[in-house]
Amino acid sequence: MSEPEESDESRWIDDHAGPVVRPYAVTRGRARPVTGKFDLISLVSTTRAVSTRDAGLGPEHLAIVALCDRTLSVAEVAAHLDLPLGTVRVLLGDLLERRLVRVIEPRPAPVLTDDGIFEQVINGLRAL
Amino acid sequence: MGYVHSDGRTNGSLSDQLPTAVKILIAGGFGVGKTTMVGAVSETKPLRTEELLTEEGVSIDDLDGVEGKTTTTVAMDFGRITINETLVLYLFGTPGQDRFWFVWDELSLGALGAVVLADTRRLADCFPSIDYFEKHGTPFIVAVNCFDGARQYQLAEVQQALSLDPDVPVLLCDARSRESGKNVLIAVIEHAMRSQRMERENRSG
Repeated sequence: MSEPEESDESRWIDDHAGPVVRPYAVTRGRARPVTGKFDLISLVSTTRAVSTRDAGLGPEHLAIVALCDRTLSVAEVAAHLDLPLGTVRVLLGDLLERRLVRVIEPRPAPVLTDDGIFEQVINGLRAL
Repeated sequence: MGYVHSDGRTNGSLSDQLPTAVKILIAGGFGVGKTTMVGAVSETKPLRTEELLTEEGVSIDDLDGVEGKTTTTVAMDFGRITINETLVLYLFGTPGQDRFWFVWDELSLGALGAVVLADTRRLADCFPSIDYFEKHGTPFIVAVNCFDGARQYQLAEVQQALSLDPDVPVLLCDARSRESGKNVLIAVIEHAMRSQRMERENRSG
């Protein structure tokens, strides 16, 4: 890997330095979510505001709750928070357990066998 | 029909109003224009998501002699196209082809179809993608990205050079162009729809 030329001052404060907090610290060492599967394109949306009974949530949890005020995929949540997918899945598991988010899993492939989805996609693309 | 609460959220009990997400994969060799195409047709600039892999997650790899190397990062570029209120299309550029096949397994699961982007100067670069989609039964098309200065081949020549099944569509594209990208995506969906119809007919006898 070649790094672009940069001054000493900027070396550790840009993206090349990596996240300030190590991903496993964000999840307190947990590798798997307590609940949920979380496909890359599972759609996540916030169901309610965080209240005082939601003690124990970290800043990343709260960031997801704020972000998913509009429906986003798991991949988008990870990209916007700049966290690895595995980390985001653990955080989403915590939120799902508290029913702070709703998750819609993608339909399994066999359910797609009717032409409806294909036609919707084609029409949508033509209309772009 | 659903109604919308004053806070803007749709009533959660009306399941027919819930959105669905679908995806199309954009595969091909390094530097062939996968992320360019994702960016050209998506509604925002391409996003990047990363998976951290520990050593046991990576199959036999040339890490011999690299002491302490325990994690690898696989990056995937992707974009979003909102089709309508209840349907969102995601486009995923596939990560490097020679390793990380299990990431491909996750990506291709439930994908509507795949686009294999090809560069006629380096056609062999797309062999692994084609092999993968053939083996896994993912409907795919080949889109030849027309780079400036590259010799223009007949599409039939490309089809032959790639030993493609005659049913697999091959078309020309410009990965930088939104209009061209749209046409490629429409072509892959039409191909996937035809493939599924044929499969249904074969199954019913």
